[in-house]
Amino acid sequence: MAQAFVPKLLGRSDYAIISELIEPNTRVLDLGCGEGELLDWLAQNKNVDARGVEISGARTQQAIARGVSVFHSDLEDALADLPDQAFDYVILSQTLQETREPLKVLRDMLRVGRRAIVAFPNFAHWSVRLAHLFTGRAPKTKLFPHDWFDSPNIHFLTVDDFESLASAEKWTVERRMFLQGARTIAVLPNLLAEVAVFLIRK
Amino acid sequence: MITETQFVQFDSISLDSGAILAPVEVAYETYGTLNDNKTNAILILHAFTGDAHAAGEDKETGSPGWWDNMIGPGKGFDTHKYFVISSNVLSGCRGTSGPGSINPETGCPYAMSFPPVTVADMVRLQKMLIDHLGIKRLLAVSGGSMGAMQALQWAVAYPEAVAAAIPIAGTARHSPQQIAFNEVGRQAIMADPDWNEGDYYGKRPPARGLAVARMVGHITYMSDQSMREKFGRRLRDQNQFEVESYLRYRGSQFVDRFDANSYLYITKAMDYFDLTNGRTSLSAAFENVKSRFLVISFTSDWLYPSYQSLEVVRALRGRNCDVAYCELPSNYGHDAFLVNIAEQAELVRGFLASTLRGVER
Repeated sequence: MAQAFVPKLLGRSDYAIISELIEPNTRVLDLGCGEGELLDWLAQNKNVDARGVEISGARTQQAIARGVSVFHSDLEDALADLPDQAFDYVILSQTLQETREPLKVLRDMLRVGRRAIVAFPNFAHWSVRLAHLFTGRAPKTKLFPHDWFDSPNIHFLTVDDFESLASAEKWTVERRMFLQGARTIAVLPNLLAEVAVFLIRK
Repeated sequence: MITETQFVQFDSISLDSGAILAPVEVAYETYGTLNDNKTNAILILHAFTGDAHAAGEDKETGSPGWWDNMIGPGKGFDTHKYFVISSNVLSGCRGTSGPGSINPETGCPYAMSFPPVTVADMVRLQKMLIDHLGIKRLLAVSGGSMGAMQALQWAVAYPEAVAAAIPIAGTARHSPQQIAFNEVGRQAIMADPDWNEGDYYGKRPPARGLAVARMVGHITYMSDQSMREKFGRRLRDQNQFEVESYLRYRGSQFVDRFDANSYLYITKAMDYFDLTNGRTSLSAAFENVKSRFLVISFTSDWLYPSYQSLEVVRALRGRNCDVAYCELPSNYGHDAFLVNIAEQAELVRGFLASTLRGVER
């Protein structure tokens, strides 16, 4: 069974994986970039041209103050302005399930970027299934810690859901990586993966 | 930091109107030290009624510069790191040639015979100053309000000469509302009999009209909330609200330092400024820009609302330009860029540092 330990980057395993996927000297757009930690790291260590979009004003301020070019905006309003193929990579980390129109966002990502990197929490993880089965309530787990009424997550998806969307949209999945805690796993990802990271292109 | 205004005279300048102004003088100040590679120069661009004295204490009067909280050692525009230049705009009245200057052909002030001036003309004169100082490429140009218009014009007119532009609380073109407020100010001046078709030098200036114009201006620089907090409905005396007293004071104070004809010329320049002039779109205006941008607006600024900054940002993003944008929370209205300093300074500091890293790479 191919398992591998992933050392965290900036305290996050998904950042470690994303940073591995990104080639040096490329143009990177991070949607929902927070305080710009990942972009700053990529700019300093991989010499990427790093740009971000962030909806929170306070986080945008932090990101710009650290020298990252961030557009203070809802990410779903931020892609339409951009020309085709403006970036080598467009990153959407842990935010797809919060978007109003996830398919439109993904299509736009592949319009403005040559490749998209999408990381999301897997709604089919066994802990979520069990929580639903045994409590009879909207699942509340480590991955999905919110009550149903205050959750930012509005479009839940699973590893298999994403795979079938990718094939329906005829996207090429160049890499798929599945995280369970700080390890990558290779078998039964739809059951075992807490977080999935996909590198896709049109 | 003790500062002193300096002056330089150029033989002539060609203006957008086709007129040639000869000679032309520029008042400017500098702060900090230009590095050996000349890569750390920043040009500060003042708003409508500002002047060259942007920072420090004036050597003679001791008065602080208009952006002293942003420019200086350790401040947003850190004079330990950067060489900061600030000049008075063309058609101003604070040392740079304007309608109050003497026309060498007549020996009298130009008054209304001073040629019409555009924001592009103002920037053209600043470029002459930068060339005179031996600087090929500015690290940044920055200013609020009309200063933001000049910053955008710099990036469009001299793409090779600007590594970064920081337009704050500005616009690519005036809205009808902004033009309307300016027109009220102009009419107040011209309705004052002392204006005398602009020919009042050496006589009684149109102080009442100019004061009213300034009062209108001050209302537009504040917000409903900042006025409620600052004045409420408090009375100064039986017949006068606090806010009335404040506006009268600011109006009368303004008359002592500003020339009514400059008010007319500069407001016209702002109103006619439109980056899309002669082009199909704002995006087309940005076709050749090479700068990166930090655009800042303020939530309570209703004179230069955020949508105007966003219009600029969206056009730049459409060109895939490197642009950072943040709308800062503030209750101070348009005045925020002069008052709301801490957060603005943080943004500017980080943006300049990463710009300098890129330039020196």
